[in-house]
Amino acid sequence: MDFSFSEEQQMVAQTVRDLLTDQCSSADLRKMMTAGEGLDEARWTKLCEMGLPGIMAPEEAGGLALKDEDFVLVAEECGRAALPEPLVEHAGIAVPMLAALIDNPAVRKVLEAAATGEGRVAVGHPANLFVDAADTAAALLLWHNDEVHLVSVDDVKLVRQPSIDSFRRLFRVEWMPSAKTKVADAAKGKALWALALDRGALYAAAQCLGMGQRIVEIAVAYAKDRTQFGKAIGSYQAIKHHLANCQVKIEYARPAVYAAAATIETPGPEVRALVSNAKLSAVEAADFAARTGVQVHGAMGYSWEVDVHFFLKRALGLAGAWGDRNMHLARVADCVLNSGMPLGPAATFPGGTAHAR
Amino acid sequence: MKLTYTPEQEAFRAEVRAWMKANVPKETLASHDTVEGFTPHWEWEKTLAKGQWGMVTWPKEYGGRGCDLIQWLIFEEEYYRAQAPGRVNQNGIFLLGPTLMEFGSPEQKARFLPAMAAGDEIWAQAWSEPQAGSDLAALRSTATRDGDEYVLRGHKIWSSRAVFAHWCFGMFRTDPKSEKHRGISFILVPLNTPGIRVNGIRQIDGEAGFAEIFFEDARVPVANRLGEEGDGWKIAMATAGFERGMMLRSPARFQVTAERLVELYKKVADKLDPGLRSQVAQMWMDAQSFAMSTYMMASRLINGGHIGVEASLTKIFWSEMDVNMHRIALQMLGVRAELLHAAPDAGDIGSWLDGYIFSLAGPIYAGTNEIQRNIIAERLLGLPRG
Repeated sequence: MDFSFSEEQQMVAQTVRDLLTDQCSSADLRKMMTAGEGLDEARWTKLCEMGLPGIMAPEEAGGLALKDEDFVLVAEECGRAALPEPLVEHAGIAVPMLAALIDNPAVRKVLEAAATGEGRVAVGHPANLFVDAADTAAALLLWHNDEVHLVSVDDVKLVRQPSIDSFRRLFRVEWMPSAKTKVADAAKGKALWALALDRGALYAAAQCLGMGQRIVEIAVAYAKDRTQFGKAIGSYQAIKHHLANCQVKIEYARPAVYAAAATIETPGPEVRALVSNAKLSAVEAADFAARTGVQVHGAMGYSWEVDVHFFLKRALGLAGAWGDRNMHLARVADCVLNSGMPLGPAATFPGGTAHAR
Repeated sequence: MKLTYTPEQEAFRAEVRAWMKANVPKETLASHDTVEGFTPHWEWEKTLAKGQWGMVTWPKEYGGRGCDLIQWLIFEEEYYRAQAPGRVNQNGIFLLGPTLMEFGSPEQKARFLPAMAAGDEIWAQAWSEPQAGSDLAALRSTATRDGDEYVLRGHKIWSSRAVFAHWCFGMFRTDPKSEKHRGISFILVPLNTPGIRVNGIRQIDGEAGFAEIFFEDARVPVANRLGEEGDGWKIAMATAGFERGMMLRSPARFQVTAERLVELYKKVADKLDPGLRSQVAQMWMDAQSFAMSTYMMASRLINGGHIGVEASLTKIFWSEMDVNMHRIALQMLGVRAELLHAAPDAGDIGSWLDGYIFSLAGPIYAGTNEIQRNIIAERLLGLPRG
């Protein structure tokens, strides 16, 4: 039993943080927004140079063959930077799905391009209605009656659905399934779509952790700087307690997210409940931090100038994506009340002990 | 990251489980804060000690088993799973014990720790004063040096189980001219010392679970001081860290409560508001998250890290979770929620009402949650002091 990340895992996260602090600043995001751009190819290239798009791709496809627990801290960093590029969904959801179908030559070809980051892949999951970053993808993984279809972006029609987060580029995808596009039948596909949903929820949660923490940092910096009644507003307990509450929510969302990353491929209700716990608690932490962040800034918080709104909007989008609150709460309730899974103090970690009951 | 137990840890769990099964009293004991409940709880401490389970993390020479923190968590899980009695000596074993381990002299450790692990001596905490609650550093009780003795004067309050305890660990001003955090010393005091009066204070539930202690020229040897003269505040803050941190409220306690909440929901579900289903699920998640977070903390400590201000996050989380779980249970019990067990038509109402009343103390003791929030804001987030 060791619930901690290795030095190497933490080092990768730190490298990503350094890169994004340098390359994905508030000024960079604002420049892109003004220009109406959704993606910065130069930054994507930098992420590719680190091998991040293929971090979970098998070595035979040119990837690093690492695991979800290696990527989860990277996803957290992407949230922290409100990264516009679709690295998290590409590397964390699309690539593992392709990797599971590598025996198919068409899939292998797309996976090899995906692993280097040369060809981005977007995922059209039925839980999401729309496909994020479909326009900048080379290929799309699409659902059709539980089958998995791999479709070139040239063969679909995209209808843009503007989101309040201009970096979430959502599209309704119009396309025709065919024998040629099908890469997994319904039986195999069902399991793949289920796992994709869990990975989507997990990585939305990881991003929310990073976003929540970043908002707290922005609000703390402001509260130290801004004076009213002759004192920094951060010296008042009303402000202190708001921000302390944010930190409590963030810290207690963290363990579920990390434990879910370490166990996500394990079947059974325990891990499903854990993934839902991660999504629910991290979304709540980010959403609460965003609203608190606005409040702590006062009127400034309602302005375009303060960065909190980037995170508020991203949190709003991620709250609904990959299973919304209702879906995940109902799933946990089902697992806890109806699955017969062990609940007590020996059952802290899914599959942790043979004595869980 | 490895979220499974080793064969050794599994074997340890099996050993604890078997022992608990054979030794935990079949009937529920009265609260350890009552006259009739104290003695059986004290007996239980001795039973635990016979099995060498008094304080598993302590070194063998002090009556422990030298277990690491993961084993401690496993022990606690099995302890609560077996519904074993509450630890009447919790202020001793969970608070003073670790403090002695860190700051005690070899003589003090040898004198106090084995007796604590054996359940022979029950400890109370004597910190708060009528005018020094959240502002603990405003304490005014004094310890005046007279040869090899300290003469204690002052008035301590809110000392849990001091009515029954044999010893207390207190904070006294050894430098009468000092202010705030300076000039305070940490002193261990036998409660049968002449010049000490202990008066029980009735709690919200009507029981004298806490007490005030009057020190009227009570004399204790200077050797009873822990650490250097004037270092009391530093030592007390380390104790408070243990109190808020991992030991005092181990996660298994709340996991058992969450499991009971699920059972209660299943029993009465058909009559209920559908929103309760989600609330019950949320409580189970909170208990699981708290447990996982404790494993994260334990892993960090085992890997050479330490816990500091994080202890304040912990204290807020468990104390509020405990209140929430009990509120939801009372909501499910509906019109029967207010009934005492003595009510002829109480039926199977369990211990939710007692648990609810007790849970209300959680956000207050061990430093109010308002103070914890200040600590988080100032020392973790770096906001300016008020």
